[in-house]
Amino acid sequence: MAEILVLVDHVDGAVRKPTLELLTLARRLGEPSAVFLGPGADRATEVLGRYGAQKIHVVDAPEVDEYLVTPAVDALTQIAERTRPAAILLPSGPDGKEIAARVALRLGSGLITDAVDVTAGPDGPVTEQSAFAATYQVTAHVTQGVPVITVKPNAAAPEAAPAEPVIEKQDIAFGPTEHAVRVLSRTPRERGDRPELTEADIVVSGGRGVNGAENFALIERVADALGAAVGASRAAVDAGWYPHRHQVGQTGTQVSPQLYLAAGISGAI
Amino acid sequence: MKIVVCVKHVPDATADRTFTEDGTTDRASVDSLLSELDEYAVEQALRLAESDADAEISYLTVGPDDARDALRKALAMGGDASIHVSDEDIEGSDAFGTSLVLAKAIERHGFDLVLCGMASTDGTMGVLPALLAERLGVPAVTHLEDLAIEDGSVTGRREGDGATVRIQGALPAVVSVTDRSGDARYPSFKGIMAAKKKPVETLGLADLGIAAAQVGPAGARSAVDTATRRPPRTKGEIVADEGTGGIGLAAFLTTKKFI
Repeated sequence: MAEILVLVDHVDGAVRKPTLELLTLARRLGEPSAVFLGPGADRATEVLGRYGAQKIHVVDAPEVDEYLVTPAVDALTQIAERTRPAAILLPSGPDGKEIAARVALRLGSGLITDAVDVTAGPDGPVTEQSAFAATYQVTAHVTQGVPVITVKPNAAAPEAAPAEPVIEKQDIAFGPTEHAVRVLSRTPRERGDRPELTEADIVVSGGRGVNGAENFALIERVADALGAAVGASRAAVDAGWYPHRHQVGQTGTQVSPQLYLAAGISGAI
Repeated sequence: MKIVVCVKHVPDATADRTFTEDGTTDRASVDSLLSELDEYAVEQALRLAESDADAEISYLTVGPDDARDALRKALAMGGDASIHVSDEDIEGSDAFGTSLVLAKAIERHGFDLVLCGMASTDGTMGVLPALLAERLGVPAVTHLEDLAIEDGSVTGRREGDGATVRIQGALPAVVSVTDRSGDARYPSFKGIMAAKKKPVETLGLADLGIAAAQVGPAGARSAVDTATRRPPRTKGEIVADEGTGGIGLAAFLTTKKFI
């Protein structure tokens, strides 16, 4: 069976949940191979193996943290050229989508972003996406090259399938730095006691009708009772009632929970 | 400084948007307008021009005849000139085809800075700025919430996947800005009148040295198999709050096995 490359989303080796979802989806298509960029791969080996990674391609180079996006593009493109995978899966965030698009352009591949499901079809992976503010459900497939697909969080429930991954260190020829974007500083998003918005199974959001910052304590209590993440509408964020990193919506954080509880929010979600 | 702002004419996001039979966006059945997220890019270009007397702002769009309206709207906000790439062979292009057309038009015009919105409000992929940078061979300083230009480089704050980063790239560069970068101005009456006299250059594929097979459905690298309208939302169950609304809501969620 062909390899399916999965780009690992991690913070210093702590693997984020969407990666486990990608590994679960990848098993429908072939043999999952994790692509781990940066330091900390040894800390991730166990969990990546538990969710079915047969191989882990490791690129431990300082460029990965020093520059934005392009070192990951160089790495993923070169690993794809060496391994000839049947598909490449990445998480749907700003970084994941930009990496995916540039890898696809370099490989001569088609690209599908924001898939909410991926299944094996007769001509390769078939994806499902929402369109036009979720009024349409679209299925699509890539018609050229190795399919490159970004997948939204919560597209699949992570299922363990223990494997003993083979570690393959990959040397990458990085492109010229004058065309690269330097990362001057990096502030990881605060991880509170609540789940992250993008990954949460349940989101409780407050809007204009919450009627003041002080009332968000109520939203937080409901969220904590359900083990949910707290969201806020643009109106509530613009009013200064809750921090922007909690803003839910097309121009804030895109969420895909199983249950969304909206309080004091009218209109489209 | 030569600034090119890429703008897109999109179906109104508040209207009932649909697909055509071949799975592409139906642009005929609803009114279209300048993508709201592109207005932030226009705004940032105008702010940069306020502190740079040599700045020259051109807007660039790809689309059928009425895409010109997006250029007019942007020109009414400010700026100098615009370029409209229109060719029936472009219809049905994916992000790769569209980025090829835009990149060739930008190269032909010349640039120090290309400004884009974070995504279109119809396709919502958000990959075009990255593809432009890849094709033009310049830095992609993308998804910025603020930006400053100093000593030939762009610096700004980006909300990335798991972290907020401060990033910097040398000019010439492609920059994209989010809706947090600063509210876009409304066109003034004077601006609207002045926009009618500002030049719009129209180009076709031949002007850009692009073959028809590189764009449109022929050049697309993915295909839509089905586009199914979700059934209209049925009326939900309303739990009237007479002091026990919370219990009623929890009971409803429990029967649906959500909690």
